[in-house]
Amino acid sequence: MSEAPLIEVEDLNVTFPGRGGATKAVRNISFALGRERLGIVGESGSGKSTTGRALLGLIPAPGIVTAKQMHFKGQSLAGLNDRQWQEMRGQHISMVMQDPKYSLNPVIKIGHQIQETYLLHQKTSKEDARQRALMMLEAVKIRDPEAVYHLYPHQLSGGMGQRAMIAMMLIAEPELLIADEPTSALDVTVQNEVLRILDDLVTDRGMGLIFISHNLTIVSSFCDRVLVMYGGRIVEECKASELHRAKHPYTQALIKAAPLLNHPVKTLSVVVRDVEWSR
Amino acid sequence: MSSAQSSTMTWHDWLASETPTSRVQALSSRVYQSIGAVTANPAAFTGLIIISILILIAMFAGVITHGVSPYAQILAERLAAPSTTHWFGTDELGRDIFARIVYGARVTLTIVLLVSILVAPIGLAVGTLAGYLGGWVDIVLMRVTDVFLAFPRLVLALAFAAALGPGIENAVIAISLTAWPPYARMARAETIAIKNSDFISAVVLQGASTARILFRHIVPLCISSLIIRLTLDMAGIILTAAGLGFLGLGAQPPAAEWGAMVASGRNVILDQWWVATIPGFAIFIVSLGFNFLGDGLRDVFDPKKS
Amino acid sequence: MIEVRGLSVTFKNKGRAVKAVQNASFHVAEGEIFGIVGESGSGKSTLLKAIAGLIEPSPRSLLIEGQEMGVKRSKADRKLMQFVFQDPYGSLHPRQTVDDILREPLIIHGIVDIDTEVSKALADVGLQPLHRYRYPHQLSGGQRQRVAIARALILKPRILLLDEPTSALDVSIQAEILNLISNLRLTYQLTSILVSHDLAVVAHLCSRIAVMRLGEIVEILNVEDLRNHKATQHYTSELLAASVGYSRTA
Repeated sequence: MSEAPLIEVEDLNVTFPGRGGATKAVRNISFALGRERLGIVGESGSGKSTTGRALLGLIPAPGIVTAKQMHFKGQSLAGLNDRQWQEMRGQHISMVMQDPKYSLNPVIKIGHQIQETYLLHQKTSKEDARQRALMMLEAVKIRDPEAVYHLYPHQLSGGMGQRAMIAMMLIAEPELLIADEPTSALDVTVQNEVLRILDDLVTDRGMGLIFISHNLTIVSSFCDRVLVMYGGRIVEECKASELHRAKHPYTQALIKAAPLLNHPVKTLSVVVRDVEWSR
Repeated sequence: MSSAQSSTMTWHDWLASETPTSRVQALSSRVYQSIGAVTANPAAFTGLIIISILILIAMFAGVITHGVSPYAQILAERLAAPSTTHWFGTDELGRDIFARIVYGARVTLTIVLLVSILVAPIGLAVGTLAGYLGGWVDIVLMRVTDVFLAFPRLVLALAFAAALGPGIENAVIAISLTAWPPYARMARAETIAIKNSDFISAVVLQGASTARILFRHIVPLCISSLIIRLTLDMAGIILTAAGLGFLGLGAQPPAAEWGAMVASGRNVILDQWWVATIPGFAIFIVSLGFNFLGDGLRDVFDPKKS
Repeated sequence: MIEVRGLSVTFKNKGRAVKAVQNASFHVAEGEIFGIVGESGSGKSTLLKAIAGLIEPSPRSLLIEGQEMGVKRSKADRKLMQFVFQDPYGSLHPRQTVDDILREPLIIHGIVDIDTEVSKALADVGLQPLHRYRYPHQLSGGQRQRVAIARALILKPRILLLDEPTSALDVSIQAEILNLISNLRLTYQLTSILVSHDLAVVAHLCSRIAVMRLGEIVEILNVEDLRNHKATQHYTSELLAASVGYSRTA
């Protein structure tokens, strides 16, 4: 089955004009995404989150997005107006943020928030939306959907909140999910469960996933392919399973800088930055 | 390139430096940047100009009026309309209204200054103490605050005037006594938010005394919002003072106080409009100036924004 | 050096008592670095703050150099023990320069020759003199954490308590800070307790590690046992498995 890739990006640039000159957050990056799990790793300021936001048209003014090509299933994302972006965001591309606390409305019940998203994009009855919301909560492995449906966000634990958030993002069955550090605010033991939910969605529904994270261990064990970003550029692209054999000195240094449980070292190696990397 | 220009350039560089090399430079550069931010905000800048003009007028009252006394009565020229000799006309006792407005700026500034000196420290002290110590100290202080908050301002001023005699000082005390509670509440709320932060815990762990923590670490963080609030309230305070003057409970004749001047023009407002209108206009402009400055300061310094 | 005997911490929340730490016991020898690992809500930070004297521990449960301690301490006792917080953004006063921040403990303890001490402290943590008069918002996260470490060490404490000192930092910055901590510990012969949610970080620095869960210490084990997955408790094994990364079957 040879299909057009979900996302094709060529020469994407995101620039924020400022008082001391423009800041180039993302510089000339190009990549394509099929129905797979693509990881984007990098440290803070590498432009990984900005890339994700650019794909959703969520770069706040006065940021400027330019690209030679930015296509979603062959359709250009470049000239979309606000309404078209809204349609695109709900139905085709969704985003899961780092902290569910800031992404869920604190005064609306979980269930209502989820079905609201559905009603926004689908012309259907309230009852139907309710059923669907409950189904989604079940799909993200919430044990008692009926009870959680009637809770407010603050009554949920971090892991539950993140699942509710994923349920909300997936109710309109998007074809692409952009997850920005979806597990960073979660405990390690919960982390694995949330990842498994995302994993199932990719395998079972053929959804595309862009997984943005600073955590090399998670990205290399979870994703199919990895982009390593540094200073707004992609410095390395490889199979996730081959990340430990990375070629770029930055990737190598990054891997070596993390302490490992099974390989004790006396002194951790430090990343010595080379100006060439961000050229 | 003139040398003057290059020297101002280096001053700017020195002040705007991201890498100050001394405590003095670090402090001055912060002050410089704050001034820059305030002057870049149109509302704050307008307010600042109005209040600066008020201060200049108060300082150079004698020069501005060419030695015309605000108290000199020329009964032959009473209730004269604005003209080249009396720019704003004269009042019912033949006093030059322009001179009285100019000297009235001093009275207004005195009120502003006295109220600030009384209200800010009381509010800050009560609020930070209650917030930081908590427990029964908090309960007692906040109930006292509630009691003061419950006094109607004008009624208290009336009581003060009755007990101590009318006068500008008593009016200021009455205003201040009813004005400080909101400041205490605000300082308390901010203190509670700050006291559990790590940087306060860090000084606790260094062995700092409670007084040191309050004065060196908590108060400086409460002051900016306090000043903003005070500036915004100042218009109301000036209006209250003017109201007291109007009722005859504030400044006493023959003092040139704007509120009392409006009151004296009341009887002739239909025929000699300028006697009441011009001081009323002065009150309006100055209140507006403080409101602008307060709004602008809030935009620039609001901790929730940065 | 530090002896914790059946330490509990109870918070009163709307009349209901919540036990954040229950009956924790361990001791830390002079010069040792002891690790506490656990997930959020495990009580690990609360336990560390009780040892530091920020939170009241249960009576007679904390001995430091054989001396019983609570939340009220003398200046000398405070000087003995210093703390590095998790969030380098929240642990520095936003309106004070680095110089002000480092000066403060010296003034409190009446130490003379403040200028030399401050420059030495900056050099110790690898900061340049040009950082001295900057405000926290002009520094990067790693630089801020260095300032926090300098502030903790400027009083020459014998005990250094570290609460997730690198969890808010990037991996490359984390490596620098961890190296700095391990060097400074040797130079100043510090006794330490390190709290973290990251097993690899704790294992990197510590010789003995306590695993906490829901306010209780599940087990205390040597770093070699941890590395070799010789945990006796199921929960520890679960943590170990999760720290290796994602697995479909786990």
